[in-house]
Amino acid sequence: MSDTHAASVPYVRDTMLPQNAPPSTAQGPVKWVRESLFSSIPYTILTLAALYVIYLILSGFLPWLLGGVWTTSNIRECREVLDGAQAGCFSVLTERWNQLLFGIAYPQDGYWRPTAAFVLLFVAVAPVLFGNLPRWLILFTVLYPFIAFWLIWGGSLFVPLSALLAALIGYVIYSRIVKKSFAGAFFAGLLAGGVAWVVFSFITPQLSGVLALEPVASRNMGGFMLNMILGVICVSLSLPLGILLALGRQSSLPIIKLICVVFIEFIRGVPLITLLFVANVVLAYFLPPGTNFDLILRVIIMITMFASAYIAEVIRGGLAALPRGQYEAADSLGLDYAQAMRLIILPQALKISIPGIVNVAVGLFKDTTLVSIISMFDLVGMIRGPILASTDWNGVYWELWGFAALLFFVVCYGISQYSQWLERQLQTDHH
Amino acid sequence: MTTMSDPQQGSFRLSMLLNDTRYRSYTFQFIALILLIALMAFLGINLVRNLAEAGLNISYGFLNVPAGYDINQSLIDYNSQSSNLRAAMVGIINTLLVAFLACITATILGVIAGVARLSKNWLVSKLMSVYVEIFRNIPVLIWILMIYTLMTAVLPAPNQFRGDNATSSMLFDAFAFTNRGIYIPAPVWGPGSMIVVATFILSIVATIIYRRYAVSLLFRTGKLLPMGWPTIAILLVPSILMFFIMGSPIALDYPELKGFNFRGGLQIGAPLIALWLALSVYTGAFIAENVRAGIQAISKGQTEAASSLGLRPKRVMNLVVLPQALRVIIPPLISQYLNITKNSSLAIAVGYADITATLGGITLNQTGRAIECVLLLMLFYLTISLSISAIMNVYNNSVSLKER
Repeated sequence: MSDTHAASVPYVRDTMLPQNAPPSTAQGPVKWVRESLFSSIPYTILTLAALYVIYLILSGFLPWLLGGVWTTSNIRECREVLDGAQAGCFSVLTERWNQLLFGIAYPQDGYWRPTAAFVLLFVAVAPVLFGNLPRWLILFTVLYPFIAFWLIWGGSLFVPLSALLAALIGYVIYSRIVKKSFAGAFFAGLLAGGVAWVVFSFITPQLSGVLALEPVASRNMGGFMLNMILGVICVSLSLPLGILLALGRQSSLPIIKLICVVFIEFIRGVPLITLLFVANVVLAYFLPPGTNFDLILRVIIMITMFASAYIAEVIRGGLAALPRGQYEAADSLGLDYAQAMRLIILPQALKISIPGIVNVAVGLFKDTTLVSIISMFDLVGMIRGPILASTDWNGVYWELWGFAALLFFVVCYGISQYSQWLERQLQTDHH
Repeated sequence: MTTMSDPQQGSFRLSMLLNDTRYRSYTFQFIALILLIALMAFLGINLVRNLAEAGLNISYGFLNVPAGYDINQSLIDYNSQSSNLRAAMVGIINTLLVAFLACITATILGVIAGVARLSKNWLVSKLMSVYVEIFRNIPVLIWILMIYTLMTAVLPAPNQFRGDNATSSMLFDAFAFTNRGIYIPAPVWGPGSMIVVATFILSIVATIIYRRYAVSLLFRTGKLLPMGWPTIAILLVPSILMFFIMGSPIALDYPELKGFNFRGGLQIGAPLIALWLALSVYTGAFIAENVRAGIQAISKGQTEAASSLGLRPKRVMNLVVLPQALRVIIPPLISQYLNITKNSSLAIAVGYADITATLGGITLNQTGRAIECVLLLMLFYLTISLSISAIMNVYNNSVSLKER
């Protein structure tokens, strides 16, 4: 027994000692610094090297940024003000602000229009991006394309309004028939919308002056606005197209599968710049003589095709990753192909594909800068062309490139951070 | 008694084309085929009409006509009297050159950054995250133009290297960084140099054979031969001996400042450097993410199991983690190589004479043969892409987990 044993030893402690605090070098910030920065000799060297790199970058960058000049009207004045100091001439940004954002040719008193469209874009995408917002906001998302078109391109309000009406008619027809057959409803809706659009296009020219903003031709779009227009339109168009291509590639119908495979592999095999060459110099040969498509529309078509092939591959990955049982479960419930896809397969496959789709969207947005090579004046085109070539600002490189890089970084980094947040939100499995 | 009846036989009705799933698929495919043919016919007819209207035809005769323009950087003989086909060949070789160089440096950068991002050193891993995020989220075209600006507007002109009060100086008297490009020493192959090269190639083969033998000996008998120093010895000693026996046939031609420019050595033009560096750092950031994901995909249990078998940390990495991580890393790595090749077409923005700039740029503009040029251009890229993905499929099949 422990009692008897206790008698035979001189001293037994019967209470627990309170825990001592760890030594000061093994707790708090000191411990963190020791473990994560100076845990061994090679790590210490690495840390010091990294600190030196950071010092080098900051010592060059901060004086340049903080000592910059913001208010001169050309590079000579700016150099005078700087007086030999190594600092940036940021006045090029303030002086050419509107050109960088809207291009050269957009009407000066209409700058509020793309700005308004840009602000409304956030309102429109908010209900799509964040599921906890009130659902009626999605109505505005549906209206947004028409509003944005009217704001940016101008013209009579009745043009986008008739398009909206045509879309509405198509939707009503679709929702009437969809209970019976999805394919029938889809094509009937498309047909009805098209017919309505043609009918309206006879009426709208008579109303051209009513509720009209000053019309702006597509070739007058430029600057970062052009990147945004191309990015937003092409991403939103390529998503449904990509879903269709992915389904086609997975389908059991050999001819449809072949068409989709050839299209996807062809588009993914060539660089975007060659497709832009097609839009620029070749596409006109394949259209009826006398057709006058403007360049921006041709570019939108090409970039959309490009992006849809990549999105199709991402979604195909999502479709392939779904367990076979999901397909079999859908079949055994007696759902037909359209129902099974709409209700069971696609919601899950799209959820898995979100990171990939976002990557494609970010890549696509970055690729919109390539249009500067076919002499469109997007942000990069504006900097390389009218601004760096002007006598006023010839030689102000880093301020301009830094600004362009910053704009793209903010947008792309923002999108990828959102996608990571969404992935965490959508995680329904527990581990 | 059974209530089931056989499916109806032989009584085919027209409505079954829409309502019977057995026939409906044929209907849909037939419609798709008709639509496709109609689209093709529409485009074809338009093409013929447009060409007739413009008085053009499709012909590849322009490929044999003298190109009439100069190319500043070319690995094969070329002058302005060479044919357009020759110019396209120069372009193809230049494309492959920059793609090859960028693939190597991007891999090195990416692997270092990817591993460093997983480092326990907080500062290093944060620094690498900043690198990855900055370079991934800014268009590669902007990087190319920025580095090109750095090369042409910031580096000193050759005449700044001259005189007693020169503002710039050469690195080790061998490398000159100027705004006309970078000058490096060029090897001069004297007589007998081929023997040295042949010796070196043979040494590489011998090294591989030795290592194979050592591994098989290890597996058969458990006897461990030294690996490190014999490899280096077999690789270097015969070549160095042969180099001196042949009387030092390989010399270096150093660049020198003569007149307004550097002479001698090897000039690497600013466009090539800009494209090479930009593609490397940009794609390196993507590869870093792939490498990190690949290493993280290996479950911790693998490392722990290997450690509990008594393997040392380096062996754990080499024998257990890396072989499994490579299976995850290599497919996206190869598609990054494909991206490098495709992004090298942005050479046209800085005037590097790749295939897009020669065939799709100057030749197209001078001859006006838009359709032919763009078609050939696409065909070239398509060939490269499809062959690389074919190789990738073979590789994937060879390393994928065999499920039986």
